[in-house]
Amino acid sequence: MNIPSDLKYTKSHEWIRVEGQAGTVGITDFAQQELGDIVFVEGPAQGASVSAGAAMGSVESVKAVSEVNSPVSGTVNQINPELGDHPELLNSDPYGAGWLIKVTLSDAGELAGLMEADAYAKYVAESAH
Amino acid sequence: MGDLKMTPLNAEHRALGAKMVDFGGWDMPVQYTSIIDEHVTVRTRAGLFDVSHMGEIWVEGPQALDLVQFVSSNDASKLALHQIQYSGLLTPEGCFVDDMLVHKDADDRFLLVVNASNTDKDYAWILSQAAGFDAEVANKSPETAQIAIQGPKSLEILQPLVVGLDLAPIKYYWYGYGTVLGERCLIARTGYTGEDGFEVYLSPANAPALWRALLEAGRPLGLVPTGLGARDTLRLEACMALYGNDIDDTTTVLDADLGWILKLGKPGSFNGRAILEKQKAEGTSRKLVAFELTDRGIPRHGHECYAGGQKVGVVTSGTHAPFLKKPLGMAYLPVAFSQVGSAFDVDIRGRRVPAVVVPKPHYKRAR
Repeated sequence: MNIPSDLKYTKSHEWIRVEGQAGTVGITDFAQQELGDIVFVEGPAQGASVSAGAAMGSVESVKAVSEVNSPVSGTVNQINPELGDHPELLNSDPYGAGWLIKVTLSDAGELAGLMEADAYAKYVAESAH
Repeated sequence: MGDLKMTPLNAEHRALGAKMVDFGGWDMPVQYTSIIDEHVTVRTRAGLFDVSHMGEIWVEGPQALDLVQFVSSNDASKLALHQIQYSGLLTPEGCFVDDMLVHKDADDRFLLVVNASNTDKDYAWILSQAAGFDAEVANKSPETAQIAIQGPKSLEILQPLVVGLDLAPIKYYWYGYGTVLGERCLIARTGYTGEDGFEVYLSPANAPALWRALLEAGRPLGLVPTGLGARDTLRLEACMALYGNDIDDTTTVLDADLGWILKLGKPGSFNGRAILEKQKAEGTSRKLVAFELTDRGIPRHGHECYAGGQKVGVVTSGTHAPFLKKPLGMAYLPVAFSQVGSAFDVDIRGRRVPAVVVPKPHYKRAR
């Protein structure tokens, strides 16, 4: 289970890498393992607003659809162009090439409500069944 | 969790690290590694399936054939010894109690293989229909395990483990008896994947040993254990119906485009005959079609179908096909929209995605 220490995490298994007033967002290694083979990604459009904790899109595995929530509020300034043809990047490289969106934060204070890596690791361990 | 039924191979799946799910009350493996990898491996090499949860119902006696004919849509009198036919176990309305494989084991003995989720229902149903027939009906499911090997390498992997039965001459939808691990087993050239392969029926006690022996023998040839996730995507690519999704007790044999398993020419009365004769003469109002999306998205069971702004039908099964690499499925559409090439939309969570009716099956193996 890969949980990079430089990221922040949500209870619904998304991550954000903060870079100043911007961040890169994706789903965690735990999420991609639970989902299985991802075959379709539907995300927000460039320029769309996102809200912390609210659904911003969905990922579909062979068996099911799962919503993806935004960790933060802000504006989408980039979407990953590779995911249309290669949704499997979310499985193979969820923290790297499988990034979902880059977002400009509207309220950096929201970051305090997210989990650090060790808290997320504990959270995942406790929810495992 | 304590209430889930387990096949004799439950410990094997867990030891292999399978992701387990509740499938109709059974604790079953949905995948071992990845649904896509398992699916593709079945099409290119071979996959091994635990199908011990399926039901085996034997009908035996002087009027066994007559009873089978009465409850079945197909014509079992056409079966030669050790031949198999796909058929519908019909309600009096010509709809499905279940779909099944009918095996002729003797002039007075037939094996019906039915869906795991319907076994008790099917057994009770057949018993309820058996009153006027000199035949015994026995549910042998609890004492029958079943392992399926499917894919181009199946015969090569299975044959060395079978004594006394040459598998190569057995044609698709025929079976024989061979000795496997010291036990006389029914081995049928059938499957639910659209590939060549075999289904071995054996005692639960021998199932773990056969499972391991096959995995061992098959490893150099690329055999992998395959879960229910891939089983579903494989059968959907091959346009094989799934009870509960594509067919049920509200869909007639003709609605389901399964006229080829309906033999109105067979003698005697059978459940559903009158309604189906009428439907054959007048036509159905809807038809189960195969379709592909022509834009991005994934169709799923329950997604509504639209044409001219009106809801006209519903998706019964859908997925992103792992081998064909496109979104496809099956749906009930009005007959007017059921021709190949007919365009319609699938409503996917509020978005209307264009689709087109395509010929069946989506996937057909090279022979």
